[in-house]
Amino acid sequence: MKNILKNTLAGALATLIAGSALAADINLLNVSYDPTRELYREYNAAFSKYWQAETGQSVNVRQSHGGSGSQARAVIDGLDADVVTLALAYDVDALRQHADLIPENWQSRLANNSSPYTSTIVLLVRKGNPKNIKDWDDLVRDDVEVITPNPKTSGGARWNYLAAWGYALKQNGGDEEKAYEFVRKLFANVPVLDPGARGATNTFVQRGLGDVFIAWENEAYLSVEQLGKGEFEIVVPSVSILAEPPVTVVDKNVDRKGTREVAEAYLQYLYSEEAQRIAARNYYRPSNPEIAREFADKFVDVELFRIDDVFGGWEKAQNDHFNDGGKFDSILESLTKR
Amino acid sequence: MTTQTLVHVANPELAARWRRATEEPAWVRWTLIGVALTFLALFLVLPLAVVLYGAFEQGLQVWWAAINEPDALAAIRLSLMVVLIVVPINLVFGVAAAWAIAKFEFRGKPILISLIDMPFAISPVVVGLIFVILFGSQGWLGPWLAAHDLRIIFAVPGIVIVIAFGTLPFIARELIPLMQQQGKEEEEASLTLGASGWKTFWYVTLPNIKWGLIYGVILCNARALGEFGAVAVVSGRIRGETNTMPLHIEVLYNEYMFTAAFAVSSLLTGLALVTIAVKSFIEWLDERQRPAGDSH
Repeated sequence: MKNILKNTLAGALATLIAGSALAADINLLNVSYDPTRELYREYNAAFSKYWQAETGQSVNVRQSHGGSGSQARAVIDGLDADVVTLALAYDVDALRQHADLIPENWQSRLANNSSPYTSTIVLLVRKGNPKNIKDWDDLVRDDVEVITPNPKTSGGARWNYLAAWGYALKQNGGDEEKAYEFVRKLFANVPVLDPGARGATNTFVQRGLGDVFIAWENEAYLSVEQLGKGEFEIVVPSVSILAEPPVTVVDKNVDRKGTREVAEAYLQYLYSEEAQRIAARNYYRPSNPEIAREFADKFVDVELFRIDDVFGGWEKAQNDHFNDGGKFDSILESLTKR
Repeated sequence: MTTQTLVHVANPELAARWRRATEEPAWVRWTLIGVALTFLALFLVLPLAVVLYGAFEQGLQVWWAAINEPDALAAIRLSLMVVLIVVPINLVFGVAAAWAIAKFEFRGKPILISLIDMPFAISPVVVGLIFVILFGSQGWLGPWLAAHDLRIIFAVPGIVIVIAFGTLPFIARELIPLMQQQGKEEEEASLTLGASGWKTFWYVTLPNIKWGLIYGVILCNARALGEFGAVAVVSGRIRGETNTMPLHIEVLYNEYMFTAAFAVSSLLTGLALVTIAVKSFIEWLDERQRPAGDSH
């Protein structure tokens, strides 16, 4: 047993050394969530060019994509990220809560709550909108089936849930009881709760279940583009939530690796005009209003509310709604009892 | 030299049973064959066909483009490298363990046998988590590893370790019954005739277990290529670096690149088919090398 461990370690060490022969001057690792692959593929090339021109150094940015929550977990357990670009502030904040990798004020270090691009929650319906779905109200109709992943396990699904809740609050003058009832009725229309966003997309698109799919705007566009042009339509509701996927340097890692300067520049450059256009081309809403105007035809104007304003921030929203014994648990319980 | 093995000692009995089976009424035979074939078609041939169809649906060029892509090539390279490290390690371990268990009596032998079986019993996800708890930066050895700038988890060493763990029983499990059946008379004879321990192993034991060993290596190889769950936990999914072939397939599938996912799947399936072909070829060689008198 001892022998095998020794052998394994020796072999592993050898490959480690052989594997770390670097081609570029600087290597960065960007740990991100699932749907940003195309965005960062394009952005990394742009940033490398920019940095080379600026400093003469070549930068190679490596990518890791996965579910936002599990990606945060991996960084906490030692995945050597220089920067994280995750789906929600709650996941980024876990790096501080569980491992002290970033300072408390991380979200105020960059403009716009450290979110260089934003998104929102929209409704994806089948071609021709056969059930005539226009707004959140239609999702609680008896004849409509809704597809959304499980907010317990999916970051994206929490945005969906909070968007619906925020809409109901607005309609009912801030009445929490009525909002609860609205969201309860919505979830009564959900035939399957997939654990993740991509699974839910497959349920709606491949398996053909449901009449409406609640999705991130960028995901919805991607589904329309990649999974069948003309088979789906995007319906933008009257009110939705401003989804802010934040970015941050992982201080402990960049200080150890000596990559702070380039890592910070990497995130700063996300706010440049070039990067903002890249974000817009990949269906993320640019935070720069001028660039946003250039792409006005792509992003429908919609009244957006912030999670901080309506729910008092992610931590509170998480506690009130999604933790064990929260409001979502009570909704599920009441639905299974029926 | 008495290198011919007694592996197929049960053959006469098997043959007798086979004869009895053929005396069943025709409808029983045909129903059984039908059930078996339907089952095979549904659960083996159909999925295989789907993979191949999905991979080549859009032509050979699209297939080649999906394979000849930096991330895919890196995944293929990584998978093959892991196999090259893991199989020799498990080969040495398997032979040593089987040797110890089959040829010597010692206290705690049943415990050792059970321990060897453990990787089969534990869910791969748990295997991954065990090593995260052990080597992760919040784990037992994490701070020490970080202080010495050693990376195990979320790097190639972690992947090698979990796959080595998961495939550890294959060779040992293949050899233990074989060596136990052979007993230790031949080795004892060799030793009393004055051969050294090493010489005995090389000229008596190894030829006896040759086929079992090769078979175990093939199984170990197949499993090491295909391992998913444990690797998913410790890989960190860095593209072009810590994505093995199965992980890369999942990534492609999740990104709606179905054709590419099927293309890489077809390659992985192809490697598995080659493995099976090699295995059958070796069995055939084994049969042929055995003198006629020994096989029945």
